[in-house]
Amino acid sequence: MKRAFPIFAVLTAALLSYAMYEALVAAPTEKTMGDVQRIFYYHVPSAWTAFLLFFINFVVSVAYLVRRNPIADAVAVVTAEVGVVFCTVVLVTGPLWARPVWGIWWTWDVRLTSTLVLWLIYVSYLMLRRFSSSGQTPVLAAALAVFGALDVPLVYFSIWIFRTQHPQPVIGGGGSIDPRMLRVLLINWAAFLCFAALVCWSRYRLERLQRDVEETQALEALLEPRGSR
Amino acid sequence: MTFLYAAYAATWLIHILYLGILVRRYSRLRNEIEQARK
Repeated sequence: MKRAFPIFAVLTAALLSYAMYEALVAAPTEKTMGDVQRIFYYHVPSAWTAFLLFFINFVVSVAYLVRRNPIADAVAVVTAEVGVVFCTVVLVTGPLWARPVWGIWWTWDVRLTSTLVLWLIYVSYLMLRRFSSSGQTPVLAAALAVFGALDVPLVYFSIWIFRTQHPQPVIGGGGSIDPRMLRVLLINWAAFLCFAALVCWSRYRLERLQRDVEETQALEALLEPRGSR
Repeated sequence: MTFLYAAYAATWLIHILYLGILVRRYSRLRNEIEQARK
Protein backbone atom coordinates (compact mmCIF):
# COMPACT_ATOMS: atom_id res chain seq x y z
CA MET A 1 0.00 0.00 0.00
CA LYS A 2 2.91 2.35 0.78
CA ARG A 3 4.35 1.77 -2.69
CA ALA A 4 1.02 2.16 -4.45
CA PHE A 5 0.81 5.91 -3.81
CA PRO A 6 4.10 6.96 -5.49
CA ILE A 7 3.48 4.54 -8.40
CA PHE A 8 0.00 5.98 -8.90
CA ALA A 9 1.41 9.53 -8.62
CA VAL A 10 4.01 8.87 -11.34
CA LEU A 11 1.41 7.26 -13.63
CA THR A 12 -0.96 10.20 -13.09
CA ALA A 13 1.80 12.72 -13.88
CA ALA A 14 2.60 10.82 -17.08
CA LEU A 15 -1.08 10.69 -18.07
CA LEU A 16 -1.55 14.41 -17.32
CA SER A 17 1.49 15.30 -19.47
CA TYR A 18 0.22 13.14 -22.33
CA ALA A 19 -3.28 14.63 -21.99
CA MET A 20 -1.86 18.16 -22.10
CA TYR A 21 0.14 17.31 -25.24
CA GLU A 22 -3.01 15.89 -26.86
CA ALA A 23 -5.03 18.98 -25.91
CA LEU A 24 -2.49 21.58 -27.00
CA VAL A 25 -0.85 19.90 -29.98
CA ALA A 26 -2.57 16.76 -31.29
CA ALA A 27 -6.24 17.81 -31.14
CA PRO A 28 -7.54 19.42 -34.35
CA THR A 29 -8.06 23.19 -34.31
CA GLU A 30 -11.71 24.23 -34.23
CA LYS A 31 -12.71 26.23 -37.35
CA THR A 32 -14.63 29.17 -35.87
CA MET A 33 -13.03 29.66 -32.44
CA GLY A 34 -9.48 28.65 -33.29
CA ASP A 35 -7.00 27.67 -30.58
CA VAL A 36 -8.99 29.18 -27.73
CA GLN A 37 -11.44 26.27 -28.07
CA ARG A 38 -8.71 24.05 -26.55
CA ILE A 39 -9.68 25.49 -23.13
CA PHE A 40 -12.62 23.06 -23.48
CA TYR A 41 -10.22 20.12 -22.76
CA TYR A 42 -9.58 21.49 -19.27
CA HIS A 43 -12.90 23.21 -18.57
CA VAL A 44 -15.26 20.29 -19.31
CA PRO A 45 -13.27 17.48 -17.57
CA SER A 46 -12.87 19.75 -14.51
CA ALA A 47 -16.64 20.30 -14.44
CA TRP A 48 -17.39 16.57 -14.77
CA THR A 49 -14.87 15.75 -12.04
CA ALA A 50 -16.39 18.37 -9.72
CA PHE A 51 -19.89 16.95 -10.36
CA LEU A 52 -18.67 13.43 -9.62
CA LEU A 53 -17.02 14.55 -6.36
CA PHE A 54 -20.16 16.41 -5.28
CA PHE A 55 -22.21 13.31 -6.11
CA ILE A 56 -19.91 11.15 -3.93
CA ASN A 57 -20.23 13.83 -1.24
CA PHE A 58 -24.03 13.49 -1.47
CA VAL A 59 -23.92 9.67 -1.19
CA VAL A 60 -21.58 9.63 1.82
CA SER A 61 -23.52 12.46 3.50
CA VAL A 62 -26.71 10.40 3.25
CA ALA A 63 -24.75 7.39 4.56
CA TYR A 64 -23.54 9.51 7.49
CA LEU A 65 -27.05 10.73 8.30
CA VAL A 66 -28.29 7.12 8.31
CA ARG A 67 -25.42 5.32 10.05
CA ARG A 68 -23.27 8.04 11.70
CA ASN A 69 -20.19 6.42 10.22
CA PRO A 70 -17.07 8.60 10.82
CA ILE A 71 -15.39 7.27 7.64
CA ALA A 72 -18.35 8.54 5.58
CA ASP A 73 -18.01 11.91 7.31
CA ALA A 74 -14.27 12.06 6.52
CA VAL A 75 -14.92 11.16 2.86
CA ALA A 76 -17.60 13.88 2.72
CA VAL A 77 -15.12 16.57 3.84
CA VAL A 78 -12.51 15.35 1.37
CA THR A 79 -14.82 15.20 -1.66
CA ALA A 80 -16.36 18.61 -0.90
CA GLU A 81 -12.95 20.26 -0.59
CA VAL A 82 -11.45 18.70 -3.74
CA GLY A 83 -14.75 19.32 -5.58
CA VAL A 84 -14.55 23.04 -4.71
CA VAL A 85 -11.01 23.15 -6.16
CA PHE A 86 -12.22 21.64 -9.46
CA CYS A 87 -15.30 23.89 -9.49
CA THR A 88 -12.97 26.90 -9.03
CA VAL A 89 -11.06 25.77 -12.13
CA VAL A 90 -14.37 25.66 -14.03
CA LEU A 91 -15.30 29.19 -12.89
CA VAL A 92 -11.88 30.56 -13.87
CA THR A 93 -11.40 28.82 -17.23
CA GLY A 94 -14.99 29.58 -18.34
CA PRO A 95 -14.58 33.38 -18.40
CA LEU A 96 -11.11 32.98 -20.01
CA TRP A 97 -12.85 31.17 -22.87
CA ALA A 98 -15.88 33.52 -22.92
CA ARG A 99 -13.90 36.77 -23.25
CA PRO A 100 -12.46 36.09 -26.74
CA VAL A 101 -15.49 34.09 -27.97
CA TRP A 102 -18.48 36.04 -26.57
CA GLY A 103 -16.67 39.35 -26.01
CA ILE A 104 -17.63 39.34 -22.30
CA TRP A 105 -16.13 37.71 -19.24
CA TRP A 106 -19.41 36.81 -17.54
CA THR A 107 -23.17 36.86 -18.03
CA TRP A 108 -25.90 36.05 -15.50
CA ASP A 109 -27.08 33.11 -17.56
CA VAL A 110 -28.68 30.03 -15.89
CA ARG A 111 -25.70 27.68 -16.44
CA LEU A 112 -23.12 30.17 -15.19
CA THR A 113 -25.19 31.44 -12.27
CA SER A 114 -26.16 27.94 -11.08
CA THR A 115 -22.48 26.90 -11.22
CA LEU A 116 -21.52 29.93 -9.13
CA VAL A 117 -24.31 29.07 -6.65
CA LEU A 118 -23.03 25.47 -6.51
CA TRP A 119 -19.54 26.75 -5.69
CA LEU A 120 -20.93 29.06 -3.00
CA ILE A 121 -22.95 26.22 -1.43
CA TYR A 122 -19.87 24.00 -1.08
CA VAL A 123 -17.69 26.90 0.12
CA SER A 124 -20.31 27.53 2.84
CA TYR A 125 -20.23 23.78 3.61
CA LEU A 126 -16.45 23.97 4.13
CA MET A 127 -16.77 27.14 6.21
CA LEU A 128 -19.38 25.45 8.41
CA ARG A 129 -16.99 22.53 8.95
CA ARG A 130 -14.05 24.82 9.60
CA PHE A 131 -15.58 27.33 12.01
CA SER A 132 -18.33 25.47 13.85
CA SER A 133 -17.18 23.65 16.98
CA SER A 134 -20.55 22.12 17.85
CA GLY A 135 -20.82 18.35 18.20
CA GLN A 136 -23.69 18.52 15.71
CA THR A 137 -21.49 20.02 12.94
CA PRO A 138 -21.11 16.76 10.92
CA VAL A 139 -24.91 16.27 10.97
CA LEU A 140 -25.61 19.88 9.94
CA ALA A 141 -22.93 19.67 7.24
CA ALA A 142 -24.36 16.40 5.91
CA ALA A 143 -27.84 17.97 5.74
CA LEU A 144 -26.40 20.99 3.89
CA ALA A 145 -24.57 18.66 1.49
CA VAL A 146 -27.81 16.83 0.68
CA PHE A 147 -29.51 20.13 -0.22
CA GLY A 148 -26.41 21.40 -2.01
CA ALA A 149 -26.34 18.31 -4.23
CA LEU A 150 -29.77 19.30 -5.58
CA ASP A 151 -28.01 22.08 -7.50
CA VAL A 152 -25.79 19.60 -9.41
CA PRO A 153 -28.55 18.29 -11.74
CA LEU A 154 -29.81 21.88 -12.16
CA VAL A 155 -26.34 22.95 -13.37
CA TYR A 156 -25.98 19.91 -15.60
CA PHE A 157 -29.43 19.99 -17.21
CA SER A 158 -29.83 23.80 -17.32
CA ILE A 159 -28.64 23.91 -20.93
CA TRP A 160 -31.30 21.35 -21.89
CA ILE A 161 -34.12 23.05 -19.97
CA PHE A 162 -33.42 26.77 -20.48
CA ARG A 163 -32.29 28.92 -23.38
CA THR A 164 -28.78 29.87 -22.35
CA GLN A 165 -25.77 31.55 -23.86
CA HIS A 166 -23.60 28.62 -22.77
CA PRO A 167 -22.77 26.19 -25.64
CA GLN A 168 -25.10 23.22 -26.01
CA PRO A 169 -23.89 19.79 -24.81
CA VAL A 170 -21.49 18.09 -27.18
CA ILE A 171 -22.27 14.61 -25.88
CA GLY A 172 -25.96 13.67 -25.85
CA GLY A 173 -28.65 16.33 -26.21
CA GLY A 174 -28.34 16.32 -30.00
CA GLY A 175 -24.85 17.87 -30.05
CA SER A 176 -21.98 16.58 -32.17
CA ILE A 177 -18.21 16.50 -31.79
CA ASP A 178 -15.33 15.42 -34.01
CA PRO A 179 -14.27 11.89 -32.86
CA ARG A 180 -10.64 13.08 -32.52
CA MET A 181 -11.77 15.89 -30.21
CA LEU A 182 -13.91 13.46 -28.21
CA ARG A 183 -10.89 11.16 -27.79
CA VAL A 184 -8.76 14.05 -26.44
CA LEU A 185 -11.61 15.14 -24.16
CA LEU A 186 -11.91 11.63 -22.68
CA ILE A 187 -8.12 11.31 -22.22
CA ASN A 188 -8.11 14.60 -20.33
CA TRP A 189 -11.06 13.51 -18.20
CA ALA A 190 -9.31 10.24 -17.36
CA ALA A 191 -6.16 12.21 -16.41
CA PHE A 192 -8.12 14.62 -14.20
CA LEU A 193 -10.01 11.74 -12.58
CA CYS A 194 -6.69 10.08 -11.66
CA PHE A 195 -5.39 13.41 -10.36
CA ALA A 196 -8.56 13.96 -8.30
CA ALA A 197 -8.27 10.42 -6.88
CA LEU A 198 -4.64 11.10 -5.94
CA VAL A 199 -5.48 14.40 -4.22
CA CYS A 200 -8.47 12.81 -2.42
CA TRP A 201 -6.23 9.98 -1.24
CA SER A 202 -3.70 12.44 0.26
CA ARG A 203 -6.43 14.63 1.74
CA TYR A 204 -8.15 11.58 3.28
CA ARG A 205 -4.90 10.49 4.97
CA LEU A 206 -4.50 14.02 6.32
CA GLU A 207 -8.10 14.05 7.58
CA ARG A 208 -7.65 10.72 9.40
CA LEU A 209 -4.38 11.91 10.95
CA GLN A 210 -6.01 15.16 12.06
CA ARG A 211 -8.92 13.28 13.65
CA ASP A 212 -6.50 10.93 15.45
CA VAL A 213 -4.58 13.92 16.86
CA GLU A 214 -7.81 15.64 17.98
CA GLU A 215 -9.02 12.41 19.61
CA THR A 216 -5.71 11.95 21.46
CA GLN A 217 -5.76 15.57 22.65
CA ALA A 218 -9.35 15.17 23.89
CA LEU A 219 -8.40 11.97 25.75
CA GLU A 220 -5.33 13.62 27.29
CA ALA A 221 -7.48 16.53 28.47
CA LEU A 222 -9.91 14.07 30.07
CA LEU A 223 -7.19 12.05 31.78
CA GLU A 224 -5.30 15.08 33.05
CA PRO A 225 -5.81 15.45 36.85
CA ARG A 226 -8.00 18.41 37.88
CA GLY A 227 -6.16 21.62 38.78
CA SER A 228 -2.94 20.48 37.11
CA ARG A 229 -3.12 23.45 34.74
CA MET B 1 -3.34 32.02 -27.66
CA THR B 2 -2.96 34.32 -24.62
CA PHE B 3 -6.34 33.25 -23.23
CA LEU B 4 -5.57 29.58 -23.89
CA TYR B 5 -2.25 29.73 -22.03
CA ALA B 6 -3.83 31.83 -19.26
CA ALA B 7 -6.54 29.17 -18.77
CA TYR B 8 -4.03 26.30 -18.61
CA ALA B 9 -1.71 28.26 -16.30
CA ALA B 10 -4.62 29.26 -14.03
CA THR B 11 -5.77 25.63 -13.80
CA TRP B 12 -2.37 24.43 -12.64
CA LEU B 13 -1.88 27.43 -10.38
CA ILE B 14 -5.14 26.59 -8.56
CA HIS B 15 -4.15 22.92 -8.18
CA ILE B 16 -0.60 23.75 -7.04
CA LEU B 17 -1.92 26.30 -4.53
CA TYR B 18 -4.26 23.67 -3.08
CA LEU B 19 -1.46 21.07 -2.92
CA GLY B 20 0.69 23.70 -1.14
CA ILE B 21 -2.09 24.22 1.43
CA LEU B 22 -2.25 20.44 2.00
CA VAL B 23 1.54 20.21 2.49
CA ARG B 24 1.44 23.13 4.97
CA ARG B 25 -1.42 21.52 6.92
CA TYR B 26 0.43 18.21 6.98
CA SER B 27 3.67 19.73 8.29
CA ARG B 28 1.75 21.69 10.95
CA LEU B 29 0.10 18.46 12.08
CA ARG B 30 3.47 16.67 12.16
CA ASN B 31 4.85 19.47 14.37
CA GLU B 32 1.85 19.11 16.68
CA ILE B 33 2.50 15.36 16.96
CA GLU B 34 6.20 15.98 17.68
CA GLN B 35 5.30 18.53 20.36
CA ALA B 36 2.86 16.09 21.97
CA ARG B 37 5.52 13.37 22.08
CA LYS B 38 8.02 15.59 23.95
